[in-house]
Amino acid sequence: MNPGRCAACRYLRRRCPPDCIFSPYFPPNNPQRFVSIHRIYGASNVAKLLQQLPSHLRTQAADSLYLEAQYRMEDPVYGCVGLISLLQQQIHDVERQLAMTQAEIAFRARHPQAVESNLLNNVGNPSFSNQASSWFM
Amino acid sequence: MGGNSPCASCKLLRRRCAKDCIFAPYFPSDDPHKFAIVHKVFGASNVSKTLQELPLQQRADAVSSLVYEANARIRDPVYGCVGAISYLQNQVSQLQMQLAVAQAEIVCIQMQQDPIMVAANPQMVLGQADDDDQAFLLQNQCFNFANNNASSSAYVNIHESLKRESIFGDKVS
Repeated sequence: MNPGRCAACRYLRRRCPPDCIFSPYFPPNNPQRFVSIHRIYGASNVAKLLQQLPSHLRTQAADSLYLEAQYRMEDPVYGCVGLISLLQQQIHDVERQLAMTQAEIAFRARHPQAVESNLLNNVGNPSFSNQASSWFM
Repeated sequence: MGGNSPCASCKLLRRRCAKDCIFAPYFPSDDPHKFAIVHKVFGASNVSKTLQELPLQQRADAVSSLVYEANARIRDPVYGCVGAISYLQNQVSQLQMQLAVAQAEIVCIQMQQDPIMVAANPQMVLGQADDDDQAFLLQNQCFNFANNNASSSAYVNIHESLKRESIFGDKVS
């Protein structure tokens, strides 16, 4: 038994050659990393993918594969695509808030005399911002 | 599906397409590319295992997300979907910062237009704030804003659901 085998070769129960494609990225002290990737992608697919990349990019590739594999194991239906959807929704929401806030700024700049004390209650109030933005339509 | 019309998966794998073929509902024969990319990235047996472990009504969505991920990985073999996530997280951060600046500007406009009212009722501007210290903080924030420093988020009423921890740490630049 070779105590210097990488996590991949240990899991696959094979000899770990000196030029093993997996060993720089799957050290023996983190067996779960290879197990996750193997479960989602398969060892041969990962080997092919890494081999097709220049060596200075393989660490990032292994890291991103591991991250995606973790997402997929946690959410077998959507994987990391669920997070992408969520981020896209967040962008949409913040863009909408930003547009409303900028409309409110423009309104206040053009109508300083119209600001009364009760308007202070409407900061961040969507219906007020909608009204303000509609005055520019 | 089945019979004399094999699905795209069985065509690619060169096998008989059984009546209960797990791939057939999701990989029709008229779109061979779809299965080809999923097979290239994940492997047919892994996809089959994934689908078998899911209830029927979730399999279509699972296939769609696998196709999306596989496409992303083929387009970007180094980062795959993770590259898109990183990009979107940056966008969210930038937009949140722009929103913070815009909200600070409103606060300062209000301070200029009715400082007495605002100082007496900081919670009206800060939303959730109910602490006397917020009045002092509000004045400081406007001072900072006037000096082009909008990095403080104490006066920003951004919903907690927008805050997300980074998924990379220091791993991906």
